Amino acid sequence: MLKKRIIICLDVRDGKTTKGIKFKGNIDIGDPVEMAEKYYHDGVDELVFYDITASAEKRGIMIDVVERVAERIFIPFSVGGGIASVADMRRVLLAGAEKISVNSQAVKNPSIIEEGASIFGRQCIVLGMDAARDPDMPSGYRVFINGGRTATELDALAWAKQAERLGAGEFVLNSIDADGTKNGYEIPLTKMISDNVGVPVVASGGAGKPVHLEDVFKKGNADAALIASMVHYGDYTVQGIKEYLAASGVPMRM
Amino acid sequence: MKTGVVDYKAGNLRSIQNLLQFLKADFIISDRAEELLKCDKLLFPGVGEAAYAMGQLGKTGLGAMMKDFAQSGRPIFGICLGCQIILDHSEEGDVDCLGLIPGIAKRFPSGGLKVPEIGWNSFDKVQEHYLLKDIPASPDVYFVHSYYPSVDARYGIAQTEYMVPFYSVIGRDNVAAAQFHPEKSGPVGIQIMRNFIEYGG
Repeated sequence: MLKKRIIICLDVRDGKTTKGIKFKGNIDIGDPVEMAEKYYHDGVDELVFYDITASAEKRGIMIDVVERVAERIFIPFSVGGGIASVADMRRVLLAGAEKISVNSQAVKNPSIIEEGASIFGRQCIVLGMDAARDPDMPSGYRVFINGGRTATELDALAWAKQAERLGAGEFVLNSIDADGTKNGYEIPLTKMISDNVGVPVVASGGAGKPVHLEDVFKKGNADAALIASMVHYGDYTVQGIKEYLAASGVPMRM
Repeated sequence: MKTGVVDYKAGNLRSIQNLLQFLKADFIISDRAEELLKCDKLLFPGVGEAAYAMGQLGKTGLGAMMKDFAQSGRPIFGICLGCQIILDHSEEGDVDCLGLIPGIAKRFPSGGLKVPEIGWNSFDKVQEHYLLKDIPASPDVYFVHSYYPSVDARYGIAQTEYMVPFYSVIGRDNVAAAQFHPEKSGPVGIQIMRNFIEYGG
């Protein structure tokens, strides 16, 4: 039986892991390579690194991080942030990442999904989507870009369907409303997208307790759940969360 | 014991290379038949489309090399696409393949679970094999695939279920293959690769 995945997200700025709240303000919390290795040994199923480096000159640091991670951990990981072209995708994949994640750039230039999928295979192309509740949108959710700062005219469900047609092989749905609250994932958004696309859906934003993961797997039909601060500050361990979920009947890799 | 990694330009070999380095294996990655034929064993990875891969193997002469190597009795280990194109035929692109193990690569049925299968799924050993030495019962390993090897039970080493039951590790004589990615499968995958590297040494 296919297992539900727990994915740990590491935001990386200038080569350091950082954590922000509600898309504002960031504090450095450690070395991404060491943290990745620790989580790998604790049994995490997958990792995602978001490069939030502001300046283009420092982007090379991220490639170095990716290479060092790939030499030490033997589970899949994806890399997002600042990927604007097929050349950017190739650099990250050749450094050892399993997948690349595109977000704002795909909204601005949807053909990057199609190009990436045709060259590297759709299983490599993850579409990250920042969405917030908006009763004016047909699905009830509006897509935002630029780290959640800029509203678009895109409806979340319509964009997901379009991106799947273009070749997105997986979705990471980040709820702007839930992010940083630790009150649980945005279940209706996750369920709506998961029930309407044929590729895996990763829920993101709002995890504070293991029961939140149970809810998003059971009620939100998520294939995977992204966590960050739950484990970054030592409140929970991957192993502890997995034991809770397995005991609740969620299929887990133990 | 030198391992040759067959580079026929189908997919990224970086994570395979990283794992072999991690295991301190003696290996080369090569696209030259004469160099690969001198190795003690061959690793045959691959990601991508079967018809394209077979085209590459034909064009480069590496397909003929694979058949010669298999004939010589030395170990071969195919991974992912490499587990499909060592069969007789693939439904992907309806292409004839290397025929090192009798069987067909079939597409998962539609209308059930999501295809490709992406993620961690378990296998159960149905036959003893050196690749599965020191592997715990029903381990989870990492899959990314839309096609699966369909072979006779006598070539089935371990079985996995995803809509249909299929053999995720197969083997005949000196040729073996895994549908999942050992290089992405954590400690279990590392052990499987170690078993291959150390076999016969």
